[in-house]
Amino acid sequence: MAVIQAPPLARPEPVGRRLLVWLTTTDHKKIGILYLINSLGFLVVGGILALLMRTELARPGTQFLSLHAYNQVFTEHGTLMIFLFIFPTLAGFGNYFVPLQIGALDMAFPRVNALSFWLLPAGGLTILSGFLVKGGAAAAGWTSFAPLSVQGRSGQDLWILGLAIVGTSSILGGINFIVTILRMRAPGMTMLRMPAFTWSVLATSLLVVLATPVLTAGLIMLFADRHLGTVFFDASRGGSALLWQNVFWFFGHPEVYMLILVAWGIVSEVLPVFSGKPLYGYRGVVLAFLLITALSFTVWAHHMFVTGAVELPFFSVTTEIISIPTGVLFFNWLATLWKGKLRFEPPMLFALGFIAMFLIGGIDGVWMASPAMDFAIHDTYWVVAHIHYVLFGGTVFGIMAGLYYWFPKMSGRFLSRKLGIWQFWIQVVGFNLTFFPMHILGLRGMPRRIADYPPNQGWTGLNTLATIGSYVIGIAIVLFFLNVFLSLRKPKDAPADAWGSGNSLEWATSSPPPAHNFDTLPEVRSGRPVYDQRASRQGLVRGESPA
Amino acid sequence: MSATELFTDERAVRGTSSPVMGMVLFVAGEAMFFAALFAAYFSIRAATRIWPPARIGIPELPIPAVLTVTLVTSSVVLQFGVRAIRRGRVATFERLLGLTILLGLSFLALQGYDYSQLTFGIKDGIYPSLFYVMTGVHMAHVVGGVVLLSVVGAQSLTGQISTAWHEPVDAATIYWHFVDIVWICLFTVFYVAVPR
Repeated sequence: MAVIQAPPLARPEPVGRRLLVWLTTTDHKKIGILYLINSLGFLVVGGILALLMRTELARPGTQFLSLHAYNQVFTEHGTLMIFLFIFPTLAGFGNYFVPLQIGALDMAFPRVNALSFWLLPAGGLTILSGFLVKGGAAAAGWTSFAPLSVQGRSGQDLWILGLAIVGTSSILGGINFIVTILRMRAPGMTMLRMPAFTWSVLATSLLVVLATPVLTAGLIMLFADRHLGTVFFDASRGGSALLWQNVFWFFGHPEVYMLILVAWGIVSEVLPVFSGKPLYGYRGVVLAFLLITALSFTVWAHHMFVTGAVELPFFSVTTEIISIPTGVLFFNWLATLWKGKLRFEPPMLFALGFIAMFLIGGIDGVWMASPAMDFAIHDTYWVVAHIHYVLFGGTVFGIMAGLYYWFPKMSGRFLSRKLGIWQFWIQVVGFNLTFFPMHILGLRGMPRRIADYPPNQGWTGLNTLATIGSYVIGIAIVLFFLNVFLSLRKPKDAPADAWGSGNSLEWATSSPPPAHNFDTLPEVRSGRPVYDQRASRQGLVRGESPA
Repeated sequence: MSATELFTDERAVRGTSSPVMGMVLFVAGEAMFFAALFAAYFSIRAATRIWPPARIGIPELPIPAVLTVTLVTSSVVLQFGVRAIRRGRVATFERLLGLTILLGLSFLALQGYDYSQLTFGIKDGIYPSLFYVMTGVHMAHVVGGVVLLSVVGAQSLTGQISTAWHEPVDAATIYWHFVDIVWICLFTVFYVAVPR
């Protein structure tokens, strides 16, 4: 049951008491904020690791990271960014806004929700603590392919344990979201009136609940191989190294969609609000989410084309088919913008940046779905470019759109528009400077996951460029934190409908919302209850745009 | 009644309750967990010419057959327990729940004994790897089930379970049946569908 907070006291409570409230809270809004704080902390750690790598790669030769240290750094960078930054950030948005968007008081299982959160720092620090043990952190890549991962030292065990904890956290969270969305909706909030963001969380949760346990099974087999003397991944004794790849990617590809679906949801919220139009083809968007959810279980072996052990045509075709619902999303986003009254506030800029960058990443993906192309670029920097155009150009731009969009709701204060616009442009430039050259590096044959490269391959200039770009990204992220810091010192001045053109129910309550979420819940008669409220207040007919 | 309960009651949907729906989803995830292990089993079995590999003494059938009967019986008993609580017979429910827990514990003890009778250890190759890990994680699930049922038992003894409110019983029962079904699959794969 939710803890019902006492009404705010006239005097501020002592720090110790306030800290205790945050540590023991079961309020989905506080838990959502904890998720975001934790995730942004891991973003800083993962970002520093990325800068270490880029600094090492700026010039040929090994300057300050040993080969083994480099392996640890890229392994931890990938693992932390995926499992401890991107996914939990999206889960944090889900925690805060799904109950608000469906007009609920809290999540279905508030205490399980708190557990899901607290498992995260535990798992993350377990993974990270590998740097403190003898032999260093896990060094087999975020994919930890066997048999390399069977051979690693104790850092690899911490990686396995930490990931199992984080996986448990996501499964519990996923179950909680599904039950919340299916059972806690306000009167009138039918499934097909739910905001696209809530749909994206539902689709992601289905993926989490069905795919993450497969990773857990793989982790148990890996752990048994390392310590109990089993031979699951030992081909010389009847096992199969490819078994790990199959198990990992059966989880791993749905995982990629877990990392992007909610960003699609955020963009599908932001674009209508700053275009003054409803989301174009809402049902098409929902259907696309669900199709992608289903299809994502059929494409895993496209990561394994070069093994020679998979049915190439099948996985090539399914991979290309999954780009069709993705294309539907692009069409609907562009059609939402079409003839809209566009307002270029920071959330809108990041959403537009998302569309442009994710398009490049998506097209990269369709190319690689062709085995002939994949054979040429597998395990090269092309793949690094692709994943970063999808997860950084896509998801991180989407996350930034979400942070700027919902910050006023969560804190009662707007992030600075000016700093936001600066951050956006610096981030776009830095991002493309870093990752676009990687396409060319990949085509020139530079393999991924190497600490050093020969000077005579024509890779040096592009690597230096990418390193400069990575520092520019660093500046953009610092600007973001500066913006948060400065904005939190301002007085709370955000109205309930912070952007003046909100559609979904979170804009019907004060900013920030009271502990019980809504003093009065507007009647839900369409997919845009707050728009309806605004329209009826202004005496407008449906379809007209309120000022 | 707290504000939350009022709020939820107001909009209660007919049909599945939250704990039951949560458990169904959890079991769906668990099914995927075991599906991954079974997929590993079948892909390796398909790639191996002689199965089980030579030198492996195939486990005997009698004890596992008793294990199967024990677990299936426990599921049936528990289902009678659910019926009892639905009809308001709390004492009967508690007795049947106790019997279920007892059968679960017997299963664990007997399986421990069965392990001691095997002629191969976990380090003896791929068949033992699959055998011990798959039956071992199942055993862990039986332990989990016994703990879950005991918690429900404690709730009942402290008067928290009634005809009007017995959602934990329903949820725990779903989990217990699932553990039972997984065992039947394991029994088929490791004891029945092997050349003897």
